Amino acid sequence: MGERTLMKGNEALGEAAVRAGCRFYFGYPITPQNELTAYMAKRMDEVGGVFLQSESEVAAINMIYGASAAGVRAMTSSSGPGISLMQEGISYLAGAELPCVIVNVMRGGPGLGNIAPSQGDYFQATRGGGHGDYRTIVLAPYRVQEMADLTTLAFYLADKYRTPVVVLVDAVLGQMMEPVEFGELDLPPLPPKDWTVGYMMGRPKRLVTSLHLAPGALERHNLHLKEKYERIESEEVRWEGVCLEDAEVVLVAYGTSARVCLGAVRKGRREGRKVGLFRPITLWPFPWKALREVAERVKAILVVEMSLGQLVEDVRLAVEGRCPVHLLGRPGGGVPTVREVSERVGETLDGGGDEVVESL
Amino acid sequence: MKLLRAYERPESLADVPFRYCPGCGHGIVTRLVAEVVDELGIRERTVGVAPVGCAVFVEEYFNFDMVGAAHGRVCPVATGLKRALPDHVILGYQGDGGLAAIGLAEVVHAANRGERVTMIYVNNAVYGMTRGQMAPTTLLGQRTTTTPSGREPRRDGFPLKVCELLAGLEGVAYIARGTVTSPKNVRTLKRYIERAIRTQMEDEGFSLVEVLSPCPSNWHMKPLEAIAWVEERMIPFYGLGEVKACTQKS
Repeated sequence: MGERTLMKGNEALGEAAVRAGCRFYFGYPITPQNELTAYMAKRMDEVGGVFLQSESEVAAINMIYGASAAGVRAMTSSSGPGISLMQEGISYLAGAELPCVIVNVMRGGPGLGNIAPSQGDYFQATRGGGHGDYRTIVLAPYRVQEMADLTTLAFYLADKYRTPVVVLVDAVLGQMMEPVEFGELDLPPLPPKDWTVGYMMGRPKRLVTSLHLAPGALERHNLHLKEKYERIESEEVRWEGVCLEDAEVVLVAYGTSARVCLGAVRKGRREGRKVGLFRPITLWPFPWKALREVAERVKAILVVEMSLGQLVEDVRLAVEGRCPVHLLGRPGGGVPTVREVSERVGETLDGGGDEVVESL
Repeated sequence: MKLLRAYERPESLADVPFRYCPGCGHGIVTRLVAEVVDELGIRERTVGVAPVGCAVFVEEYFNFDMVGAAHGRVCPVATGLKRALPDHVILGYQGDGGLAAIGLAEVVHAANRGERVTMIYVNNAVYGMTRGQMAPTTLLGQRTTTTPSGREPRRDGFPLKVCELLAGLEGVAYIARGTVTSPKNVRTLKRYIERAIRTQMEDEGFSLVEVLSPCPSNWHMKPLEAIAWVEERMIPFYGLGEVKACTQKS
């Protein structure tokens, strides 16, 4: 590992991208991710890469499409409203099986919403806001170090599976400062990129496209994608558990919400409450199996999210009724506090048992 | 022997039959682009970007590396390719729906950046693949499925002259408008295409060639009537010739 430096989350993410070999950044300004664009503009100059401020997010994601087709590591970043504009391009990237990294520093919505931290784009990220049958890998860091590490991993997974990868963070993580170290992740070698355009040098022509017009061709392509998604689901699920062994109530949260929950776990344990934390790191593939096993042995699950009941749907799908699932959701820029979470843990332990999913 | 050679398939055209409608101008344009790529000796370092619409088939027809873009997004895809492959020739091929309607912002900004790419822009005054709706380039009074009583400017606006719109931008190095209505016009068009690609190769800026092209199927005309309509209606309105060629070194 290298030296520890104090950095903003957005900048740590950018630095990790540069170190992962990303030399192509295309993006359009939007708050709260502007530190990242500024950082990439500066660093791309220094390392001889390409930084291009596009005329729109629509253009940015399609520039990524072109650069990725040529085989280079490319990244864009934005926030909810801009990510909405990119959905068309993300669908095409998934269809054409082009690797890239898309960072969403989430803000409040719907519409223009506000610029406060939010987790309201969970559905958009995990369900795919674009058209057609596709998935994108979604990584959810919860501290600055992980913003760096998961960005490195994002480029690796994108190339490994030829798929867009979303790094889903929120304004708190993007703008907070923490120490970070840039080390090498120990990752196996990648397959050669034998599908990129350019430098024909005697080989037959290549075509990168999402169009499959011949009868049956698209269905075969869809089934090929499904097989790939199944491989991702079996090999790439990542999650972290804290104090799960004897927990009676388990909090489920990602990103900034998970940090708050970590505080609530510590507080609860000090007060003698058996509370633990289950933190999905991959939001897709979701850790269904691991969470189901946890649900077998606990009294209840409390989902904490900065949105009004998005993560909780995946939790309920994982739990399949094995225990009650409650929701503490704060939308529109509200960040749950340790006290709020602790109170709900207390209520759940004392009076819990009903299966009503309720929001704050 | 010479005559036979003239009708050989260029190496830059794949050995697949065209599925363009009879009398469509695309077949000529597609072939001309392939001939120019062959003659410039750049086939192995050319990447084409195909659009959505009738010209989507160039994905198959060109025998060099191809990328299929979303509707209207040929210019940003070409931009990404060119930035990643600066020593390659990037050729976009689009119709009037993709370039002049849904992709207008993209072409204006690619042109304004002086992006070193070449756009072949086929204007047939109608949406072809979706069966004949009004395009931004539809002439006043022209009947389409979405202007059944003719394009009416108060309701539908005016036909868009893309070349003149872009010519004022500093990043644009070469712009020309040709057509395919006669052997002479075809030869002139081929010269425009060659100059546009050379403009890119000489690193001079953005280049675009518009082609006024017949669409007998959606104009509900016989091929010869469609050619006459291009000559009698489209050419007088749009005009032919090089609109901007100020930086040609060659």
